[in-house]
Amino acid sequence: MKVESASNQRKISITGVKKAEAAKRGTAYFLRRDWQLYLLLMLPLSFVLAFKYAPMTGLVLAFKDYKIARGFWGSDWVGFEVFQEIFARHDFIRAVRNTLLLNGLDLVFSFTMPIVVALLLNEIKSVKFKRANQTLLYLPHFLSWIIIGAIAYQLLSLGNGAVNNLIEMMGGNRVPFLQKDAHWLVSYLAIGVWQSMGWGTIIYLASISSINPELYEAAIVDGAGRWRKVWNVTLPSIRVTIVTLLIMNLGKIMEGSFERVFALQNKATTEYTTTIPVLVYRWGIESGNFSSATALGLFQAVIGLVLVIMADRIAKRLGEDGLI
Amino acid sequence: MKASTGNLAVRRRQRFDGWDVLIHLTVLVASLACLLPFIHVVSKSLSEDAYVIANKVFLWPVGFNLEAYHKILADDSILRSLYVSVIVTVLFTILGMVITICAAYPLSRKQLKGRTTLTIIFMFTMYFGGGIIPEYMLVNNLGLLDTIWSLILPSAFSAFNLLIMKTALSSSIPVSLEESARIDGAGHFRILWNIVIPLSKPIIATLSLFYAVGRWNTYQDALFYIKQQVDLRPLQLKLYYLVIQASESFQLEATQVQLSNPEVLKASCVVFATLPILCVYPFIQKYFVQGVMLGAVKE
Repeated sequence: MKVESASNQRKISITGVKKAEAAKRGTAYFLRRDWQLYLLLMLPLSFVLAFKYAPMTGLVLAFKDYKIARGFWGSDWVGFEVFQEIFARHDFIRAVRNTLLLNGLDLVFSFTMPIVVALLLNEIKSVKFKRANQTLLYLPHFLSWIIIGAIAYQLLSLGNGAVNNLIEMMGGNRVPFLQKDAHWLVSYLAIGVWQSMGWGTIIYLASISSINPELYEAAIVDGAGRWRKVWNVTLPSIRVTIVTLLIMNLGKIMEGSFERVFALQNKATTEYTTTIPVLVYRWGIESGNFSSATALGLFQAVIGLVLVIMADRIAKRLGEDGLI
Repeated sequence: MKASTGNLAVRRRQRFDGWDVLIHLTVLVASLACLLPFIHVVSKSLSEDAYVIANKVFLWPVGFNLEAYHKILADDSILRSLYVSVIVTVLFTILGMVITICAAYPLSRKQLKGRTTLTIIFMFTMYFGGGIIPEYMLVNNLGLLDTIWSLILPSAFSAFNLLIMKTALSSSIPVSLEESARIDGAGHFRILWNIVIPLSKPIIATLSLFYAVGRWNTYQDALFYIKQQVDLRPLQLKLYYLVIQASESFQLEATQVQLSNPEVLKASCVVFATLPILCVYPFIQKYFVQGVMLGAVKE
């Protein structure tokens, strides 16, 4: 007993001494001990500082009246004037509306379609048939938006698109899929669904495959048919995944896909193709109006950040892992 | 195989019913929707101009000929774009992986003082950035506009890839292995080179493919940064000007007396630009699927 307590005391004193020593050890000690690790970090750190953080200083342009002649630092501060100016512009309102509209509709269609496809794929018993279809369904995800855009024009253009040729052969009238505003919107969404319906299934299929098979057996014993099993076992089991992905996507609703819109846009359809990043490109790089374009980009980035943080909070409150 | 599925079917008391037929058909239609556009474009690219103009080509070439491909292969500017794309993709992937590994290994070591702060510095860039214009001005100020480095340096660091790599390293490399290496007198460089990298080959392959395919397909930065030096346009951007904007004519076309219908040429350009991805797709698909799963698993 005595011996034990004595040794305990010694242990405590030793750990105490160690702790005190560690506290005394300053940065120099850790730098000396792990200098190789810090040296390794130099390369990525310099890249992040140079190419990610350095541009953030450029955001001051949003609060300046940028004149190329006077330079970056020489231009006058104007406070929030640039913002007031862009908020009043018709283009701005339309870009915000379009960004929300395109992303919102994507949430309705491109987000739900992979769930449906995953449920369908899950019903297929033949491994070979399933795998062959998955390979085809994943394919569009690997193509650039330029290639998808080019294929879209080959298929959907008014004068010689294959789909229109087919419609005409069957006695219908040619449809301006990409030439009229409302048609363009539908085509844009359909192409988005086409591109993502296969790839989006991966996460759902993985979470379906981790469902305990006993649940299905129990459902069968209770006399559940095919759809009852989907409704009462599969869907509730992947609900967590669906909700997490939904919140993540809601957090991104102000982001715009520049490449997708830009590859599919044309001069005939300007109503829905002006999204925030497209407008930033037009104002800034095409017209050289750097202050307005920077302000617009900053506006989007700040709202995007707030939305992501909110999405993370909501996910955590719902008992999910959180996104950040 | 057949026997086991048969058993399963009996056990589940499910016969191949009408719903099964419908489900198989639906999935098949969806897959065909992904496949047929390519077949159409390929058929068009192999057809004779006259039939394409007459809108007679659907899923099979009519008046088979390879003329359009001869033209593409004789067109220096397209081949040069392919060359630029390959160089940029290779350099970008190597640099990106070096950066990712150099960041992921130290950040996955629990003993590293200041680990949390450093991780936040790296990860913050995933949620907030300067945006298009400040990045453009930076590239401009560094004199990188109209050089291939504008397509390599600014986007070489990817917070998302770092996150995946870091997670993989902290879970796959046992601390005991590292400790025993340290006892044997190995420094961090030795441990990284001789233990960590050989053990992480699968994740390195996956992330390299993320970098490579991402770089190959992206055209946004090329559109912004490659303006005057037409020679330096990567393939995707070249395709944009040739096919979608159709503002650029084919070099050979201008010199030839007889103008051919650009539709066939456009189609063959699309095929030409798609082929590299289609060739590697069957082999890289499974790595990408694994990568998605890694990205979904949070630390």
